Amino acid sequence: MNINLTLFGQLVSFLFFVWFCKKFVWTAIINAMEERQKKIADGLDAADRASRDLELAQERATERLKEAKHEAASILEQANKRANQIVGEAKEQARAEGDRLKAAAQAEIEQDVNRAKEELRKKVAVLALAGAEKILQANIDESANSALVDKLAAEL
Amino acid sequence: MAGDTQQTGTEYIQHHLTNLTYGQHPENGWSFAHNAQEAAEMGFLAVNVDSLGWSFGLGVIFLLLFRWAAKRATTGVPSGWQNFVEMMVEFVDGVVKDSFHGRNPWIAPMALTIFVWVFLMNLMDLVPVDVIPWLMLQAGVHFQKIVPSTDPNITLGMALAVFGMIIYYSIKIKGVGGFLGELTLQPFSAKNPVVQAVFIPINLALELVGLLAKPFSLGLRLFGNMYAGEMIFILIAMMYSAGWVLGTFGGALQLGWAIFHILIITLQAFIFMVLTVVYLSMAHEDH
Repeated sequence: MNINLTLFGQLVSFLFFVWFCKKFVWTAIINAMEERQKKIADGLDAADRASRDLELAQERATERLKEAKHEAASILEQANKRANQIVGEAKEQARAEGDRLKAAAQAEIEQDVNRAKEELRKKVAVLALAGAEKILQANIDESANSALVDKLAAEL
Repeated sequence: MAGDTQQTGTEYIQHHLTNLTYGQHPENGWSFAHNAQEAAEMGFLAVNVDSLGWSFGLGVIFLLLFRWAAKRATTGVPSGWQNFVEMMVEFVDGVVKDSFHGRNPWIAPMALTIFVWVFLMNLMDLVPVDVIPWLMLQAGVHFQKIVPSTDPNITLGMALAVFGMIIYYSIKIKGVGGFLGELTLQPFSAKNPVVQAVFIPINLALELVGLLAKPFSLGLRLFGNMYAGEMIFILIAMMYSAGWVLGTFGGALQLGWAIFHILIITLQAFIFMVLTVVYLSMAHEDH
């Protein structure tokens, strides 16, 4: 309980400890803490920015998707229209072709009929001539009779 | 009990309250004091080896532990001990930022040193009073006070250092004139120079008392609280030699007082720190 040199011993130790604490403990720890604080703040900032970017990108993606859908729809519509047009054209062409074929066939048929008629007429004339020859049993002047026969054939 | 022969209660208490003192005795020269009276006779040229040794040792332990954390301090995820150290640093930094408004990079580390060191010194109070003195006795050392903060030399030594800093910073910030003005021109002041001249000695007397009261209250508050707490531990320890009924009761009392004391030792360390910061903040304030 006596006041003695212990007092100054403690005083000096105290000052020394304070110096040591400042020099080798406090500064290092405070620096580490501040740096970490900064790091965390930066990290939070980056996270904020990233989420904002993400939002933006999502918005853009949605926009693009919508556009694409729109485009697809328009293309589809166009394609449908074109298809209809092609089908119509094809129908038209087919009908024309059919008509043409029909007309050609009819013409051919008519031609055939005419040819057959002609042939028939000729054959009938020959037949008639032969029949007449047989009937008459005589050699009729062919050239004189042929006009007659032709006339007959034309009447057939 | 710590004595080797039968002791009376008074002897037991006195024995526990006697420091291991090394100093210049008028008759024996430089030697360890054999009793409290010899220690007193040594006067100022003596050292309480136990107080200073425990105090210095605890300070070294504190700095080594904290230095260890500081060396391995990472800016990444802190773990374990670093976490704790950072918690303490942050806590002290918060207190200093709250009550110290000047700019001084020394205040916060000083506050940390005070808080942890004083806490560790106070913590020795929780070691059962007889354990270390008994161990020391086996080693041939007769006196051992292991709680440095129950030695007024220790607490007043720190308070004196704080006082020195108060004076130093007062003069550094305000200048000699400013500091003297603070001591002499308030709280009473007058426009009339004659009246002012009358006021100066009154002011000086008042302010000097206030200034000197700071280190004394700082040191004696810690000393008084710890000394009283230690005394109660010693008184409780005396019950152990008074039969098993009182002994058991004493055990319960000691446990209760120790638990309560955890609060006190923390609180006293905190108060010492806060008051130091506040005093130094006042020293930094320029009027």
